[in-house]
Amino acid sequence: MSGHSTYTPKSGFEKWIDQRLPLPRLMHDTMQTFPTPRNLNIWYTFGGILTFCLAVQIVTGIVLAMHYVANADLAFESVERIMRDVNYGWLMRFVHSNGASMFFLAVYIHMFRGLYYGSYKAPRELIWILGVLIYLLMMATAFFGYVLPWGQMSFWGATVITNLFSAIPYVGPHIATWLWGDFAVGDATLNRFFSLHYLLPFIIAAVVGLHIWALHVPGNNNPLGIDVKSPQDTLPFHPYYTVKDAFYLCLFVIVFAGFVFYAPNFFGNPDNYVQANPLVTPPDIVPEWYLLPFYAMLRSIPNKLMGVIVMGGAIVTLFLIPWLDTSRVRSCRFRPLMKQFFWALVVDCIILGYCGAQSVDAAAFGIPLVWVARLASVYYYAFFWLIMPIVGLIETPKKLPASIAQSVLGDSAAAAAE
Amino acid sequence: MTDTTHDAGTRRDFLYVASGAMGAVGVAAAAWPLIDQMNPSAAALALASTEIDISAVQAGQQIVYKWRGHPLFVRRRTPAEIAAAKAVDVSSLPDPLARNANLPDNAQATDADRTIKPEVLVLIGVCTHLGCTPTVSTPTAVEGEYGGWLCHCHGSQYDTAGRIRKGPAPQNLAVPPYAFLSDTRIKVG
Amino acid sequence: MAAPASAIDTTRLPLKPVDFSFEGPFGTYDRGALQRGFQVYKEVCSTCHNLDHIAFRNLADEGGPGFSEAQAKAIALGYKVPADPNDKGEVFDERGVRLTRAAALADYFPGPFPNEQAARANNGGALPPDLSMIVKGREGGAHYVYSILTGFHETPPPGFTVTAGKYYNPYFEGWNISMPNTALTDKAVTFTDGTPATIDQEAHDVATFLAWASDPKMEERKRMGFGVIIFLLVLSGLLFAAYRKVWKSAH
Repeated sequence: MSGHSTYTPKSGFEKWIDQRLPLPRLMHDTMQTFPTPRNLNIWYTFGGILTFCLAVQIVTGIVLAMHYVANADLAFESVERIMRDVNYGWLMRFVHSNGASMFFLAVYIHMFRGLYYGSYKAPRELIWILGVLIYLLMMATAFFGYVLPWGQMSFWGATVITNLFSAIPYVGPHIATWLWGDFAVGDATLNRFFSLHYLLPFIIAAVVGLHIWALHVPGNNNPLGIDVKSPQDTLPFHPYYTVKDAFYLCLFVIVFAGFVFYAPNFFGNPDNYVQANPLVTPPDIVPEWYLLPFYAMLRSIPNKLMGVIVMGGAIVTLFLIPWLDTSRVRSCRFRPLMKQFFWALVVDCIILGYCGAQSVDAAAFGIPLVWVARLASVYYYAFFWLIMPIVGLIETPKKLPASIAQSVLGDSAAAAAE
Repeated sequence: MTDTTHDAGTRRDFLYVASGAMGAVGVAAAAWPLIDQMNPSAAALALASTEIDISAVQAGQQIVYKWRGHPLFVRRRTPAEIAAAKAVDVSSLPDPLARNANLPDNAQATDADRTIKPEVLVLIGVCTHLGCTPTVSTPTAVEGEYGGWLCHCHGSQYDTAGRIRKGPAPQNLAVPPYAFLSDTRIKVG
Repeated sequence: MAAPASAIDTTRLPLKPVDFSFEGPFGTYDRGALQRGFQVYKEVCSTCHNLDHIAFRNLADEGGPGFSEAQAKAIALGYKVPADPNDKGEVFDERGVRLTRAAALADYFPGPFPNEQAARANNGGALPPDLSMIVKGREGGAHYVYSILTGFHETPPPGFTVTAGKYYNPYFEGWNISMPNTALTDKAVTFTDGTPATIDQEAHDVATFLAWASDPKMEERKRMGFGVIIFLLVLSGLLFAAYRKVWKSAH
């Protein structure tokens, strides 16, 4: 999509096509000859893995929709029918439900990788922003999807999340009613959530298209964070990265299969195998694991509106990262101070996730978890709004290598190659 | 000549602006049905009021009924519970308003304004934080510090008049519109 | 507040450590336990509890209790299900009783009560949960079922009073359970295969049966998973070789 095309039609037919709809040329330039930094490591394989996850979710989702009934009286029952009576229905359902978790696992690794190597920095700001948008759409899709089995967690999760909107002054309660289509979460809510759950993945796919398009303009960042300077620094995408991505994707699928076949309910909650009951709230409402850090922030604030603002702000912050980081160096490999703060952030998010999973009055080592969550929330915000801008200004980065080729092949090899 | 061109120019501009504005009105008018279809349907709005026999509710006990898809709490309070609720200084409450659909919006959250008959407390069982159903205290298991309700989702605590005392919930538990038909029957809605 | 504060933490006790044949990546259901467990369900639990998601045909399914189709059919014939309207369009007889017919393989296990209200009215206001989802619908699964069933015979600690109409069971959250402590006892059934009917045995068998009722495709799932993972390991081996070959020239 950028630079000159190296595509040459091999037959009359290809030439005919190329003059009318240059799709083979596009495929050739983006997936075959596309110059890719030669030093991409394992963490760069998650882009491909995520595309695979999206495809799996769409395919299994379409299949499940053939059997699922979006009706408050029948939804729970129809999911059990899928699990028990539909041919391979249990497989489709477990691939889809665990697929959501694997999707988020991969997206978190992908995001932390982008954060570590500074992949959001100029000229890749839009790639990052589109990525955060995809993440936001994924959260919405996953939330709608979790409601569909109409178990206790589905129902009460939907109740809690939709009630977040009622925190907005004046119009909030009207928005909540508008979302529900009733005065509480009910049949109308379930139907519209099903409709949106079916729609959003295709919007995600479209934004993924933009994300990849934007990626192909400047090309990949790389673990060194330095620009590609000569053809020596790159390798053609095929076969080098197709085979590497395929190998790591296969390892990922083994983990995925491990969950689907041997621990299919590992990420689930037993309460969701109890049909939704609007009169009884389960003792502990927990969202799916991938939303726990945000949930912990929400719960740590003893004021409804502030809690919602803090939680929403945590996501909005992600959009602003390209401008919050003042460093001239991209990769944390050459940022000794930032590297430590980065790993602290990873631990911080895990702590937040842990706090979100525990009951509201729980304590660890005698410290109420609500205070742990508060401290962890403060660090989360401090990382992006204070540490990122300040460290970028005061830190002395390590010396950057002259080129990717020199770093990978050594001085003499790089020189010889030139 | 110049005048004519000028006139033609303003007329063209006017036509552009006018048709653009009309188009915007048309789009907005077409969008409204698409937005409003998500609001509660006529069937959902036409929920009749319910009559409830509350004779089964024993002192110190709560029975949960269903109204408008929400849990409806009916609790018969003991004299001690009423006394505890009356002893609270209204100005010290996080939410000093009665939130009683039977009273004006600015009614104060005194115990008297939360009930029609002091011993019968009727509430919508929806935590005003994020909509969970709070758990009621029983003589054997007290929920929260105020003898009323504890919402296990995010730790909001309500007293024996259903008023928010501690935790993230912004408002007292709502009192629905209701009336006594007899000593043992109420009409809600 | 004059309400007596409960000093006792009534969080449920840790579940009893028992082993089940279906645990672990290669575990399968013990057919004998499934059949005995079905007998316990049929003769004891079904007095109050539904088994909504299990049809009589499932008893003969692969990976299930291992009854033959003829046996499953015979079991079905012993149950009555609501009949379709008769020639005159009636669904009640002259005394107002619902017309019934013998169950067939395609029918689901009929519950003991016609509706939730009837179930509550017969059980002191409590609703006996559907057992076909109980193992996957509770934290701890089969261990939970086993612990509850064998957890009645402990005496409450001093200071804990059992609520009227409830029973003491420390494996149940709040310790007050509505299920009577006489629900399952020694010799509640006489096992057809001669296994001594101790309460431990009965509880263990019925927990196994209910685990199957919650997850009838478990054996098929684990078997397929084994094949899938072997396949993926071989594929990843091939891909790794290809990866090394391609990249050899790049370093």
